[in-house]
Amino acid sequence: MLSAVAVGVQVTMVLTLVGVSRGMLADMANRSRGVGAEIVVRAPGSSLIGFSGNFSDKFVELLRTQPHVTAVAGTLVQPIGGINSITGIDLKTFNAVSGGFRFLEGGPFRQPNDLIVDDVYARGNSTHAGDIITLPNGKWRVVGVVESGKLSRMFADLTVLQDLSANNGKITTAFLKLDDPANTASVIAELKKKLPDNPIYSTEELVSLMSIDSIPMLKNFIWVVITLAVLIGFLVVFLSMYTAVLERTREIGILKALGATPAYVLGILLRETTLLAVIGSILGIIMTYGTKFLINTFVPSMAQVIVPDWWPRASAIAIGAALLGALYPGLKAARQDAIEALAYD
Amino acid sequence: MTDGPIIETRDLKKIYRVGDVDVAALRGVNLSVKRGEFVSIIGPSGSGKSTLFHILGGLTPPTSGSIHIDGQDLLAMSEAGRTALRKRTVGFVFQKYNLLPTLSAADNIAIARDIAGVRGEPDEAFQQILRLLGIDKRLHHKPRALSGGEQQRVAIARAVVNHPAILLADEPTGNLDTGNSDAVLKLLRDLNERLGQTILMITHNPEAAEYGHRIIRMRDGRVVDGSSAP
Ligand SMILES: Nc1ncnc2c1ncn2[C@@H]1O[C@H](COP(=O)(O)OP(=O)(O)O)[C@@H](O)[C@H]1O
Ligand SMILES: [Mg+2]
Repeated sequence: MLSAVAVGVQVTMVLTLVGVSRGMLADMANRSRGVGAEIVVRAPGSSLIGFSGNFSDKFVELLRTQPHVTAVAGTLVQPIGGINSITGIDLKTFNAVSGGFRFLEGGPFRQPNDLIVDDVYARGNSTHAGDIITLPNGKWRVVGVVESGKLSRMFADLTVLQDLSANNGKITTAFLKLDDPANTASVIAELKKKLPDNPIYSTEELVSLMSIDSIPMLKNFIWVVITLAVLIGFLVVFLSMYTAVLERTREIGILKALGATPAYVLGILLRETTLLAVIGSILGIIMTYGTKFLINTFVPSMAQVIVPDWWPRASAIAIGAALLGALYPGLKAARQDAIEALAYD
Repeated sequence: MTDGPIIETRDLKKIYRVGDVDVAALRGVNLSVKRGEFVSIIGPSGSGKSTLFHILGGLTPPTSGSIHIDGQDLLAMSEAGRTALRKRTVGFVFQKYNLLPTLSAADNIAIARDIAGVRGEPDEAFQQILRLLGIDKRLHHKPRALSGGEQQRVAIARAVVNHPAILLADEPTGNLDTGNSDAVLKLLRDLNERLGQTILMITHNPEAAEYGHRIIRMRDGRVVDGSSAP
């Protein structure tokens, strides 16, 4: 029974990791869409997820003069450790692209060290408008709490953040709003000629890239966790089967005295192991609802989703690891000498 | 089927190697048992009675000599051959019942059929055996809910469900009180008389031994008396 729980934990581990990864990517995609831009221009040499590299904000003026472009917002992202970052925005242009924030508390920037946070951050950190918070890059006054879903969880004024991070006149990304989404492809084609070094995406393209498969680091990390899970499952089942076989020496001896072949004995043990792994897998799937509740309650900035398409995969992994773990003890049992097993004590 | 003896051994030896020491459990057993006989085996502890059963039942190979059971040569037999012998030709009953504790009485009997690859409902002959054993009402119980006498009767049912040529009972009444002992012994005699079941029974109790047609005495790994039918 304990080993069924262990198998369950192993399944939960994999499902939670995949669920969190996918949830966060979906959240990221959602927030990217929430900017309201049709086209995204990134800094030369930047990767999809990382925010390395920047380019001059002079390009913003150039982009704004392009045909069909109605508004451009340059932003600068400053990572502040972990998965958190502050996005520098010019409130006027950002509102022009996104249609403006919906303030739940407080209002827009008034002073240089003013910070706007979204409701998810506010909930997770029990922050309210008027609070002073200390971040790795300094002290900030929370001036407003806005509805989440627009690009970032924390916003500061663009020029303030440029000064603070010694990136004067630099931006990481420019968001372009068009007169008509139908013009997206043609505008991108034009832009690629003028800015050959910058990665240029349509928002939809960018969002479609936000999947586990297109982020090698995340994919590798998931593989590491799966390998760990297999190892844990293997060891747990190996140890529990090993002791079970020792405890059941006599029963196995009885079966052999009745004429059971080694294959018959092995079959019984492997069937029991499969049952245990199946129960464990079901338990593990149920437990992901628990981890989802815990994560979404205590770490709201990490969104976990339930991933039913991974249920068969995680279960197969668990059952495979369990069978592998049962194989050696099972073979040992199958070869056991019946007389010794039945020896009167 | 041959008319010859169902069990025939000549100068049967079994030597166990324990570390660097050879332990001679059987030192040359000559034995002949006819089909349908009920034979009691008595002898002091360590005289090789159980070892003889283990060889007859294919649980361990003999070291030398010749041994034929139901026409099969056990000396030439592989492990797989001995497994098949246990499956079809012999049935074991032990002093300690040796029922599987997690299975009901009925399933303990069913698993012996499953191991032998027999499908479907038990045949009429076996139903008759169950009635004979008087346990047909207790079959859904787990072993721990049964008395010693009941457990031993389930063990006997399990041993004969596949209609083995010989039934080997190693001190089947060793753990039972007089009442239950008598019941089990009468059952064995009934199995023998009504169904012609060949039975070899080891016992310490001279009264129990009297249930057999013939008493074989063993000492120091040899049969000293009663080695063939009178
Ligand atoms: N598996 C074994 N390994 C080593 N020695 C054994 C083994 N089984 C029995 N013996 C030895 O063989 C001898 C005969 O034992 P056994 O056949 O059990 O006698 P009995 O059943 O008449 O009491 C004893 O000396 C016993 O110690
Ligand atoms: Mg003995």
